[in-house]
Amino acid sequence: MVDSKQQWKAWLYLSPAIVLLLVFTAWPIINTLRMAFLENYSGLQEIGGATFNFGIGNFLTVIKYKKFLQCLSNTIFLCITTVPISTMLALLIAVALNSIKPLQKLLQTIFFLPYVTNSIAIGMVFAAMFNIIGLRPGNAYADTWGIINNVIQFFGGEPINWINAGSDYMPNMIVMIIYIVWNALPFKILVLLGGLQSINKQYYDAAKVDSTSRTRVFGRITVPLLSPMLAYVIITGFIGGFKEYSSIIGIFGENMGPAHDTGRLNTMVGFVYDALERDFQGRASAAALILFGIILLVTLFNNHVIKRFTHY
Amino acid sequence: MKVVLQNLTKVFPSRDKKSGKEVVAVNDFTFEIPDGKLIGLLGPSGCGKSTTLYMISGLQKPTGGKIFFGEDDVTELTTENRGIGLVFQNYALYPHMTVKQNILFPLQNLKGEDKMSKADMLERAHWAAKLVQIDDLMDRKPSEMSGGQQQRVAIARALVKMPRVLLLDEPLSNLDARLRLQTREEIRRIQRETGITTIFVTHDQEEAMSISDMIVVMKLGVVQQTGKPQEVYDNPTNLFVAKFLGTPPINVFAGSVKGGKLYLGEDAVLDVPGVADQEVHVGIRPEGFELDPKGPMTCNLNSIEVMGRDSSIVSTHAASQNPVVRSIIDADNKVEEGAETVRFSLKPHKVFLFHKETEERIYFEVK
Amino acid sequence: MSQKDNVMQAKDLQKVSNASKVTQFLVKFGVYTFLIVMALIVLFPFYWMIISSLKDLSEYRAPTPTFWPNKVIWSNYPTAFSTANLGQLFMNTAYVGIVSTLLSLVITVLSAFAFARLEFKGKETLFGLLLSTMMIPGELFTITNYLTVKNFGWIDTFEALIVPFLVSVFYIYLLRQNFMQIPNELYLAAKVDGCKDIKYLWKVMIPLALPTLISITILKMMGAWNSYVWPNLVTKTDAHRLITNGLRNAFSDSTGDVNYPVQMAAVVIVSAPLFMVFLFLRKYIMAGVSRSGIKG
Repeated sequence: MVDSKQQWKAWLYLSPAIVLLLVFTAWPIINTLRMAFLENYSGLQEIGGATFNFGIGNFLTVIKYKKFLQCLSNTIFLCITTVPISTMLALLIAVALNSIKPLQKLLQTIFFLPYVTNSIAIGMVFAAMFNIIGLRPGNAYADTWGIINNVIQFFGGEPINWINAGSDYMPNMIVMIIYIVWNALPFKILVLLGGLQSINKQYYDAAKVDSTSRTRVFGRITVPLLSPMLAYVIITGFIGGFKEYSSIIGIFGENMGPAHDTGRLNTMVGFVYDALERDFQGRASAAALILFGIILLVTLFNNHVIKRFTHY
Repeated sequence: MKVVLQNLTKVFPSRDKKSGKEVVAVNDFTFEIPDGKLIGLLGPSGCGKSTTLYMISGLQKPTGGKIFFGEDDVTELTTENRGIGLVFQNYALYPHMTVKQNILFPLQNLKGEDKMSKADMLERAHWAAKLVQIDDLMDRKPSEMSGGQQQRVAIARALVKMPRVLLLDEPLSNLDARLRLQTREEIRRIQRETGITTIFVTHDQEEAMSISDMIVVMKLGVVQQTGKPQEVYDNPTNLFVAKFLGTPPINVFAGSVKGGKLYLGEDAVLDVPGVADQEVHVGIRPEGFELDPKGPMTCNLNSIEVMGRDSSIVSTHAASQNPVVRSIIDADNKVEEGAETVRFSLKPHKVFLFHKETEERIYFEVK
Repeated sequence: MSQKDNVMQAKDLQKVSNASKVTQFLVKFGVYTFLIVMALIVLFPFYWMIISSLKDLSEYRAPTPTFWPNKVIWSNYPTAFSTANLGQLFMNTAYVGIVSTLLSLVITVLSAFAFARLEFKGKETLFGLLLSTMMIPGELFTITNYLTVKNFGWIDTFEALIVPFLVSVFYIYLLRQNFMQIPNELYLAAKVDGCKDIKYLWKVMIPLALPTLISITILKMMGAWNSYVWPNLVTKTDAHRLITNGLRNAFSDSTGDVNYPVQMAAVVIVSAPLFMVFLFLRKYIMAGVSRSGIKG
């Protein structure tokens, strides 16, 4: 039998957490479902005495909404580019780091630095690096092309309008991909390096005895033995990727796009906030639920794929 | 393929930077391992036996000296180019591959003229698996097998590419007692069948004695004695070797030689012609005692353990350096019931004298 | 085998060992080159941020870039500080960070203790329910929480920034795991000695779980420092804004004709404290991060 004094004490200790969780976690879950299924729900109008019909109208509005599709495709595009690129790069860097002794600690610290930054603040630095100041009509003349374009010119290339007014979609996206990868590397390197360091060194000795080439050691031993860590990094990468938002704010500001085409780079999360700020809580909730559903599906899919390729 | 070690030396830099003391793991090791033999490197932990093995494999670089495979100087060759097989103490089977994939792995690495066709590889893998009797486990993963089975897979993986030399690092240490007996016979059989020069490392003298063609006894990086197991057992060159070999271990006494006679305490127990008067360590093998009511050596009887064919008499003696004196005699010879002392005579060829300081063997003529 | 064959073979062996030494050297060289180039790419934005923050605007705008300022303009920093009202924002952020960290630690420790050490009905069910909420993306809560905060009249107050995020299921989970590793006998022995729960928590469990608590503190502080979306929703004036919002709002244009040196100076000021903390507490941060996988 459970000691009744302990019962009482346990609930006392848990009470602050439970009260807060009821208000800020449990209620939102219920309320989000409620709002999502009340057609065209708006908090302000409800206070004003309006009533709403039950239905899936919000979901339909959201999916039919052109801007939503744009947000969805932006998000997916960023996910399927940044996750593989950053995972591959992080894997290479982690394996390289693991194979050296001098400078290892210093380099490890350097590669972790982007993690301890503010993604808005450093986004502004990236914007500065890609920005063109004083661009005259027709791309003919600029006061300064920005350091990235200077580098491109140094190697004999043509300067590109990356993020300024009049820029194209692809350059915008490339800047976003570079920034997101730069931001995502530290965590992945940290996890993968930790995984590499816990692999028994004897497997590598055994591979040496069997005259295994370096590429084969990498492909047949390192990667399979690292597969649980790779899986972790890829899944968290996709989840993070679907919630991408503040890195775009960092570079493009609240416009979520270059000056001539605001909202062009908006993402799923951005869509939710936009709907929220305009008091379309029903629509925001429906979008948030769709986002949740996508993340769940992608995670399940990843899990399934990874189970087939991780070996133990 | 014979293996020659020439003045092989390995010095590890000190781990503790302040004291700066280097550790000499292997010191000036010279030895020739004849082609097709099974050699046991034997010694307590830290004696340099594993370091020697790893230098032969190329995973560690010698500080000095040379290693030859046949006539080839391989000292500077990396492990990849030595063509050896190595069985690790923990087997180091790739956990994500099946038994078949593990055994095929070394074959798939072959390049140039050694490259094999898929069918040949499979055939060879099956040959190796059959040799170690695991051909019915080919699709299992290492985690689904017992220690003994993993051990066999590791041997198959090492053998499959027909190495010039097979190296085994404490191959039996992770097995239970019953499997150990069985597996060591297997290793012997496989070695005989393939004829590959094999070197294995162990701290278990019984294991080394039972299957080796030759043993090398090491202590603190220095080779103490090499030879056929029985020869080394019968003729240890110093007290360490005498103590290290044999179960039950040798009985050691503090004794002295006076006028060609060996004294243990007050009793003259044996004639040792040709030995100058001095204090000595005396080693007597358990089988060196004979029950003799008029024998020169008297011990206080503790207990008698009958083990079928033999019985083991446990007694004490004032001069003994071990807590008890253990002697093994034929079970037919009975000790009187209720006796408090027991008297022995000694077999001269089972008694060894060692210098008091250097602990080197002092030889005497056996009549 | 004839003598001649032996000599041939010896030469071949020499070749093999030389070749493998050369490849080894090349591989080492390649690995270091790759790592150093990547490290420079990672560091470049920091370098560019710092030197830009020290340049004169006209030098920054010059067609050919300079990699070290011709004339170091320190005054960009005071300008940045006053333009973005950074002093006030620093105080706000520190206040929110410290208060929410302290309260959050108390709540986390009490809950983790209850889940790890006390027996009560429905413990497993409740814990399972809590864990399942970790799967849901935070955006789903934000919508309702915004309405709730509004109904409480908390818009543009510190309460709105602190209260909704006091409970983190993940931290409770982390700490509970840590508490569970401490043998139960210690607790029972303390009970026999007449030690009160709170005293036991304070004297035994907290010291033993200190690394986890430090990790939680750092992650929580980093969270306050980096949070942008929520504060942007619920604050309207600089009196309650956090540092990141202030930074973004003060320099709302990041493209086009902007006074970048001053903007970069502001970014340096905002980034510096986190860097300092990182340099001193690298071990705890890295350990905490590798377990959590959550930024900020």
